[in-house]
Amino acid sequence: MKIALSILLTAILTENFVLCKFLGICPFLGVSKKLNTAVGMSGAVIFVMALATAVTYPINKYLLVANGLDYLQTIVFILVIAALVQLVELILKKFMPPLYEALGIYLPLITTNCAVLGVVLLNITKEFNFVQSMLNSVGAGIGFMLAMVIFSGVRSRLEGADIPKFLQGLPIVLIAASIVSLSFMGFTGLVDGIFG
Amino acid sequence: MAEKKSLGKEFTKGLIAENPVFRLVLGTCPTLAVTTSVVNALGMGVSAMIVLVCSNIVISLLRKVIPSKVRIPAYIVVIASFVTIVQMIVKAFVPALDAALGVFLPLIVVNCIILGRAEAFAGKNSVIASAVDGLGMGVGFTVALCLMASVREILGAGTFLAGAQNLLVLFGDNVLGGFNGFTLPWTEYLTPMTVFILAPGGFLTFGLLMACANKLAEKKGKPKAGLGGCQACPMAKNCALLAEGKECKEEKKEGETA
Repeated sequence: MKIALSILLTAILTENFVLCKFLGICPFLGVSKKLNTAVGMSGAVIFVMALATAVTYPINKYLLVANGLDYLQTIVFILVIAALVQLVELILKKFMPPLYEALGIYLPLITTNCAVLGVVLLNITKEFNFVQSMLNSVGAGIGFMLAMVIFSGVRSRLEGADIPKFLQGLPIVLIAASIVSLSFMGFTGLVDGIFG
Repeated sequence: MAEKKSLGKEFTKGLIAENPVFRLVLGTCPTLAVTTSVVNALGMGVSAMIVLVCSNIVISLLRKVIPSKVRIPAYIVVIASFVTIVQMIVKAFVPALDAALGVFLPLIVVNCIILGRAEAFAGKNSVIASAVDGLGMGVGFTVALCLMASVREILGAGTFLAGAQNLLVLFGDNVLGGFNGFTLPWTEYLTPMTVFILAPGGFLTFGLLMACANKLAEKKGKPKAGLGGCQACPMAKNCALLAEGKECKEEKKEGETA
């Protein structure tokens, strides 16, 4: 239980995927303009991350590592994730139209999202077991959502601000992200403090 | 159209006018993550460049064979294969770099620069032009990474090219007299601002450098950098939907008139 909570908290706060590990920056900058798209995108990311981990973990353990093929991890994982996203899209469209309405347009964007491949690869590097991997993936997804939601709030404030011309557009967004990231640095040592 | 351009132009456009990092804003994740030191940035840049050139060549060769409906998965397979090769080479010959780049080395697969160039250029142009395009973009990426890493390393760690032996190990032990980077003279009196090699410093440096790039572009009458040079991104359609057509369409118009 203690370990589970510490993995979850680490993934959400201290090692936030977007703000501390720089994974999934493209959607973070691209889709965070409005709160509803930010939430929709992060919902889809959590979903795909959890699913990708659930599928790639057994593939890695029983197919790749068992046969000494672990050097194929990168290529197998990206293909599995791409196929999975397509499959999920089809299934949702057919059986769960409301959910498809909500997440549908975000799904293709996620195939090439480095956060999904990143979390799968990190689970292996950290040598997590299945439950720990799932926790880490869900935590990373929630962390992504947290960052997106906070940042969409910051960005809506930026819209009304009077910004020097050469900083308008992406530069000011990046500088704002830097300040949000600074606030997340405050969580450093939090997990060790609680569970250590 | 692009076929008629001289190869020299194909090469130089990646350096400044269409610099993948500062102008097209592609591949932001590795840009922010590995630029904590110049040596890491150089290693990342060169690895990505090798993948970019090789995958551009292969995709260009196969451009008439791959049906357009399955081209994205096909591109991903080609790219992933080269990434695996580069990963194995780096692991074998430059292990310190492998440790420093960590998960970002396999993540070259999902680097939008590579898929973007495959989609926007290599899938439509001749082999030689694609190779030159890949080389130009790769050099542009490396230069941008090194520029950003220099700022961050000098301000954040007070060193320059620290850990150079990690890369030089490729040429043997203790080459260049065991050169392992400079420690800047003023670090005796001034503590470096560690925040610059941490996450917030990455965002800040990137933002400020992009502001400079925009200022320079404005002087030359070029459009500002927008997110994801949309004409290059395979996901542009969805992105356009999300941004309600605003950012992406503007970008496209500018691209067409330029």
